[in-house]
Amino acid sequence: VIDTVVIPILKILIVLNAVLVAVTFMVLLERKVIAWVQVRLGPMRVGPYGVLQPIADVVKLMTKEDITPVRSDKILFTAAPMIALIPALIVFAVIPFGPEVSMFGRDVTLYIADLNVAVLYVVSVASIGVYGIILAGWASNSKYPLLASLRASAQLISYEVAVTMTLVSMIVSAGTMSMVGIVNAQYDQGVWYLFAQPLAFFIFFIGGLAETNRAPFDLPEAEQELTGGFHTEYSGMRFALFFLAEYANMIVVSSVATTLFLGGWLRPFPNVEVLGFLDIVPGWIWFLLKTFVWLYIFLWVRATLPRYRYDQLMRLGWKVLIPLAIANVIVTAVLKVLL
Amino acid sequence: MADAITFYTLAALILALAVMVVTVRNTLYSALLLAADFLFVALLYASMNNLLLAVIQVMVYAAGIVLVYVFVVILVNLKRLPEQHPDPSRYRMIGGVLAAAVLGELVLIGLSGALLPPPAAPAEPTGSVENIAMALFTNFLIPFEVASMLLLVAMVGAIVLAKKEL
Repeated sequence: VIDTVVIPILKILIVLNAVLVAVTFMVLLERKVIAWVQVRLGPMRVGPYGVLQPIADVVKLMTKEDITPVRSDKILFTAAPMIALIPALIVFAVIPFGPEVSMFGRDVTLYIADLNVAVLYVVSVASIGVYGIILAGWASNSKYPLLASLRASAQLISYEVAVTMTLVSMIVSAGTMSMVGIVNAQYDQGVWYLFAQPLAFFIFFIGGLAETNRAPFDLPEAEQELTGGFHTEYSGMRFALFFLAEYANMIVVSSVATTLFLGGWLRPFPNVEVLGFLDIVPGWIWFLLKTFVWLYIFLWVRATLPRYRYDQLMRLGWKVLIPLAIANVIVTAVLKVLL
Repeated sequence: MADAITFYTLAALILALAVMVVTVRNTLYSALLLAADFLFVALLYASMNNLLLAVIQVMVYAAGIVLVYVFVVILVNLKRLPEQHPDPSRYRMIGGVLAAAVLGELVLIGLSGALLPPPAAPAEPTGSVENIAMALFTNFLIPFEVASMLLLVAMVGAIVLAKKEL
């Protein structure tokens, strides 16, 4: 019973809590990083250097008045934030944080499930999240949210094609769809796929920025054009749920990128014996470090690049990334057969 | 036992949602309930240990096709309920014929299941990615390609019809 019920539930609780706490601190980190880029200090008032700011934010969001516009569709208006958040959280079921380790005299795997279709699972679950955005825009019964949600869903659907295509070339290289299997394949082939598949990595990263609605692709939230995007009419905790969903999605993209391209829990140069002293750092720490690097790059990009125009976004997606991704799949498949 | 409970619970939910899809008055709700229904069908596949089919069900139907329905409903804005047609029974004939055909088909399937010997259980599980890919790209390659061409033709046709001047 302990192996089939208690441990999975414990793992789920730990992962969920870790993600939600990470999200609140991501908000602080984002404000700090952007402040440093702009030679400001960022939040400094709550706690030393503002480190307790997330707690203050959560208290504020929970106690704020929660407004439901009179002309909105009440059921969907309430359901939309949940539909946006839930897929972002259940993707973590297949993310491998580390290999099998023994803990308290028991072999525990540091992932919730190792599906043989894990990559497809990530794609399909993530695509459910679009419903949350489009329903939020529609249920608000307000112009700007509707426009923003149409933009957001068009953007998500366009970039999903390119991202899924890069995943196909990763599956071809690794010969498996299991996330754990892909990490092991990188160990066996002795190379992080970032170096074997640089083009796929590049497309995945741009697509990831676009799918999480991050700058420079944050058109659905363009304040100047849309007064804030699909969540304009939301307030209080329901608004916070959209925020949680966005940051949770960033963490999802970062951890999937870590797994697929940076060798997951493997230490740098996993096959080089000389660097064996690095093994004292456990695998899950490597995983978190690599994920953190991605998250930092997300913030860095946001602080650096201006927003794309809508037609530029669509042109980049359909005329550049998708053809490149398809070419990458073909080249990968041909090389796989020849080598 | 646990399998049976899972199956009948999911089946009941699927049927209940399907009934709601056709009875609810708001078109958007109808489309969303359809998506929820497809999610439960995917759960049913997953409970039968066919994860690939479950994932494809979510990706293609729940998140793909129904999402397009939702787009259409939102863009044509059917918020106002359609007015009652003066003759509500005008489709009764066609509906009756279709329902009879489906019923006949179900009866045939049920009878054939009872009369014919059950098919031999496959030697290895057929649901794996490798097996499906192998079947799709060898024995069923031509139907697969023809189906993709048909979809492409339908898409081009729709664009031509919708945009008179290109």
